[in-house]
Amino acid sequence: MAFLHGATRTHSGPRSGIKSRSITPYLLLAPGMIWLVTFFIIPIFSLASTSTMVRPEGAQIGTYVQELRFQNYVDAFVANQEQYVRSFIYAGIATLLALAIAFPLAYTIAFKAGKYRNVLLVLVVAPFFTSFLLRTVAWTQILGDEGPILSTLKLLPFIDDSLRLTATPFAVVSGLTYNFLPFMTLPLYASLERIDPRTLEAAGDLYANGFTTFRKVTVPLAMPGVVAGTLLTFIPAAGDYVNAALLGNPSTKMIGNVIESRFFAVVDYPTAAALSFTLMATILILVTLYIRKSGTDELV
Amino acid sequence: MSTLSAAPMPSLSHRASRWFSRNLIRIYAGLAFIYLFIPVAYTFAFSFNDAGKSNLVWQGFTLDNWKNPCGAPQVCSAVANSIQIGLLSTFIATVLGTMIAFALGRHKFRGRTSTNLLIFLPMATPEVVLGASLLAMFLNLRVNPGFWTIVISHVMFCISFVVVTVKARIASLDPRLEQAAMDLYANEKDTFRYVTLPLVMPGIAGAALLAFSLSFDDFIITNFNSGIETTFPKFVYVSAARGIPAQANVIGSAMFFIALFIVIIGQVVSRQRKKS
Repeated sequence: MAFLHGATRTHSGPRSGIKSRSITPYLLLAPGMIWLVTFFIIPIFSLASTSTMVRPEGAQIGTYVQELRFQNYVDAFVANQEQYVRSFIYAGIATLLALAIAFPLAYTIAFKAGKYRNVLLVLVVAPFFTSFLLRTVAWTQILGDEGPILSTLKLLPFIDDSLRLTATPFAVVSGLTYNFLPFMTLPLYASLERIDPRTLEAAGDLYANGFTTFRKVTVPLAMPGVVAGTLLTFIPAAGDYVNAALLGNPSTKMIGNVIESRFFAVVDYPTAAALSFTLMATILILVTLYIRKSGTDELV
Repeated sequence: MSTLSAAPMPSLSHRASRWFSRNLIRIYAGLAFIYLFIPVAYTFAFSFNDAGKSNLVWQGFTLDNWKNPCGAPQVCSAVANSIQIGLLSTFIATVLGTMIAFALGRHKFRGRTSTNLLIFLPMATPEVVLGASLLAMFLNLRVNPGFWTIVISHVMFCISFVVVTVKARIASLDPRLEQAAMDLYANEKDTFRYVTLPLVMPGIAGAALLAFSLSFDDFIITNFNSGIETTFPKFVYVSAARGIPAQANVIGSAMFFIALFIVIIGQVVSRQRKKS
């Protein structure tokens, strides 16, 4: 194999295509693209259409007609702005915490793990294999009123007996942080792993101390991973409602909880649709601004 | 290692603190791993709980839950549903996604940017929006959600992940291997079948495993599009309020060990391939 790498590099990128301008790529694309258009794009339009519907006077629950009532958006936002803002705050904190935990973790795996690198990578993904819901339920019991942490803490004389860990913002944010940690770690690892250790040595040779090397060489080179990791954590965290439902209380509800209960408990489809649409739009705008600002366009 | 030096006390504490600061990042990573595994260990431990009516606190050790994982009502039917849905959606998503990945990785065509965008968008959309929009469409079309709407939704969100995984594998291939095959008079079809496809296969297998675990573990999109159909995550969510049965912990732990086993086998096989 070695001689191949010495040969002249003829392939310009991955698509030194077998053929160009044939019908083959379109045949390959068609089934999957049709699936995505039918079950992703069209539903988004369906959601938009539902969001401006109105329930006619005296009609059955769950019956709505199209009246292009854009006031629905204003009403939905005004009624739920608290949960809306809270979702982004919780997701933002969880993302920062996940970054703080995942960066040293990814760094250790990439530079300090030696031959155990693959083992550690498997260990990062392994908790995924136990269902996400089971792990969240486990946290509710570990942090719960009868759980091991609280019952140990309450043995201490200065801990108030009414102290609770679940049903608090703390529990919801740590649940979010926990659940999306691997999504942060893997992209970080992927970009750290690509760094040639010699660039770090070179920085040292040029009299940069450890911290300067980290700040001026490691972090900039890890930026694509930071961007991908924060997006992969922030987006699902902002829309999540499982953590808030299991680990929170009514005053920690996030926008996902509202959308879910509007759909199922209240059967108010237009409000749920308007909220979902606003959530998606906000996230898309934030993501676009963020990617522009960090200057890494090659995410996919 | 020389312990001969005099005045050991200050140097020992000095050495300890030096060891500590040198290994700080490893210690930090170790703590992060403990954090990652606490709930997994808890789930595993409580699969041995002699739960009786409440699985919320430890009641005593038993193997009964492992001997009879279907003991709690509905657990096994939920798991069976999840497996069926997982296999079906994995198969469809892997085939469709791999085809797209080959189009993107091996062909020139117009509309590449919009194709990439269409692949990227579902991954950048919160699950609650994916679930809600699909349900809105089904409701507008008067379709009753159930087994097939779950499969449809899972295929939808798995395709993008399959495309990304397989595309990465295709991009890492050396195209000269294919050129070599062509130089040796293999036609396009044979080159694909005997050279390209086998080389891309590990990527496809990885994508399929990823798709299955995404499907098996999905709750939010499933919850929106399942109607009265139950999957394993939905079962856990619904029964969480009353405390989940210990049998659910058995299923979760078993899944963990099975998946770990598959991953380790995969690693060993790929390492041996590299050696030979």
